[in-house]
Amino acid sequence: MNDFFTVTGLTRTFGGVVAIDALDFAQKKGSIFSIIGPNGAGKTTLFNCISGIYRPDSGEICFQGRRIDGLKPDAIARHGIARTFQNLELFFRMTTMENLMLGRHIHMRTNIWHGLTMFHKNSTAAREEAEHREKVEHIIDLLDLQSARDVPVGALPYGRQKLVELGRALALEPSLLLLDEPSAGMTSDERQDLFFWIKDIQQELGVSILMIEHNMQMVMDISDRVLAIDFGKKLVEGTPEEVAAHPEVIKAYLGED
Amino acid sequence: MDMKRHYYEDIQIFQKPVHVFWFVILLIGLVILPLVTRNYTMSLVNFIAINVIVTLGLNLLVGYTGQISLGHAGFVAIGAYATVLLMQHLGLNFFPALVLAGFVAAGFGFLLGLPALRLEGPYLAIATLGFGMAVTQIIGRSTFFGGRMGLKVPKINIAGITLSSDKELYIVIISITVLMAFAMRNLTRSRVGRALIAIRESDIAAETLGVNLAWYKTLSFAVSAFYAGVAGGLLAIIFGYINPSIFDFVMSILFLAMVVVGGAGAILGSILGGIVVTFLDLKLNAVTSMPLIGDLLREISTRWMSVSGLPNFRSVLFGILLILFVVFEPHGLYGIWLRIKKYWKTWPF
Repeated sequence: MNDFFTVTGLTRTFGGVVAIDALDFAQKKGSIFSIIGPNGAGKTTLFNCISGIYRPDSGEICFQGRRIDGLKPDAIARHGIARTFQNLELFFRMTTMENLMLGRHIHMRTNIWHGLTMFHKNSTAAREEAEHREKVEHIIDLLDLQSARDVPVGALPYGRQKLVELGRALALEPSLLLLDEPSAGMTSDERQDLFFWIKDIQQELGVSILMIEHNMQMVMDISDRVLAIDFGKKLVEGTPEEVAAHPEVIKAYLGED
Repeated sequence: MDMKRHYYEDIQIFQKPVHVFWFVILLIGLVILPLVTRNYTMSLVNFIAINVIVTLGLNLLVGYTGQISLGHAGFVAIGAYATVLLMQHLGLNFFPALVLAGFVAAGFGFLLGLPALRLEGPYLAIATLGFGMAVTQIIGRSTFFGGRMGLKVPKINIAGITLSSDKELYIVIISITVLMAFAMRNLTRSRVGRALIAIRESDIAAETLGVNLAWYKTLSFAVSAFYAGVAGGLLAIIFGYINPSIFDFVMSILFLAMVVVGGAGAILGSILGGIVVTFLDLKLNAVTSMPLIGDLLREISTRWMSVSGLPNFRSVLFGILLILFVVFEPHGLYGIWLRIKKYWKTWPF
């Protein structure tokens, strides 16, 4: 198959509960891949395994030809995988700009000594700081966050907070972006904007997107491939049309008559 | 509003010309101070400045990184003893000994930071408390460190001049304090400081953005200990004589009080807290000799409590102060300062 991003035989248990059960899938470079499934199906556990927050019990996760399962989250970030969280994990007392600057962390070189001696505009740390702030400014422009730039994130409305989190992940310049329910809690207008932004991120920035999403309209319109899981197992994988037509998915989403 | 023309203006220390103006006034004040005050007052100012250094360091750990330390007196002790021993045994000059002592303390900070990676909240508090006590116990039992009797601190020489008076020492101490305050301000507005704040706000998010938690947490401990170590070296100089009982548990608690009262996560908070709490501490020490209140307290103490308990009044008052600040003003004096500033911004409307 392809060797961009593959998950093979992934299993993760919590006590006696099998959250993910021998899951396999593969994503092509540059595609949007959506994961759907009822609550408790193991979607977020899967994301936590990929981003290194949980260590899988068995199975392999390969990214661009390298094993990444069992690595620490910061090492996985350095491999070029960024993520957002279902229940916002923002730095609430920092401004939007500062939140996004954390996304630049792995691209910056300022160490403790540079930091302590940042006495003037031309010091190493200050020059690097300005350079990366300019890059972050582009992301702020892209996501229309100018008015939130110097506002502590905790003071922003929910929809904007979600955007800041998206922007923060983008600032990392990832090859693979994991979005955990990006449209949850958004108004339909905000969801519409988000739809186009995700398309832009894929097409103009060339970022591959792995997404958990409950809004079926959005999943159907945006995805290249869809994976449906339940009880940690694969129900079906295929194009949006194939998955939507699958009896198990219809049963799970529309109910039996 | 002023237009920004360069991204550095986002983070520069003096955002407006008026800030530079006030800073220059402050510097002039610091220069004039020894010319207009008595030697005793200078010794007080020196002690305050040294405590400000410790508070700056402890605030990095507590206020910025969101960790806790109840053992900072241990680092101060390590810095004090290292400075004296390096001067005595290796014949180093004062400044190299002071810097090296800072690094020795930082080394211990790094080591304490390692087990701290697995501990949080109250468990970390207990571990650091144990560290602080262990340091003074070990020092007190070793003849190399002078045991319970302590060590005499050699006179310091800078460029052939022996510094002895408090006014001469003031020049050295206040320069180091101003430099270290600026260095800390620099650190906290740089990539490293941002990573530390991120750990405080959400360690999971920080980790998934590539911040190595183990490295940055231990680094925070090390830098914090470095500040305490340098302060310890200076403390040894102004005391002229050090013994383990100086660096007791109460000292660690006072440092924490300085951070909380001043304002966690703010450089200005460290400075304000260091000044106010040290001043209160020194004044309360001599509470019985104060006019009016002294007699009243002695009266209360002899009538309803024990006479020997009166010095504990200091601890009681600090306890009350800490509770009041945590409950009513979690941002400390810095928070109060921010609100005053906001009020005057639109004055008189």
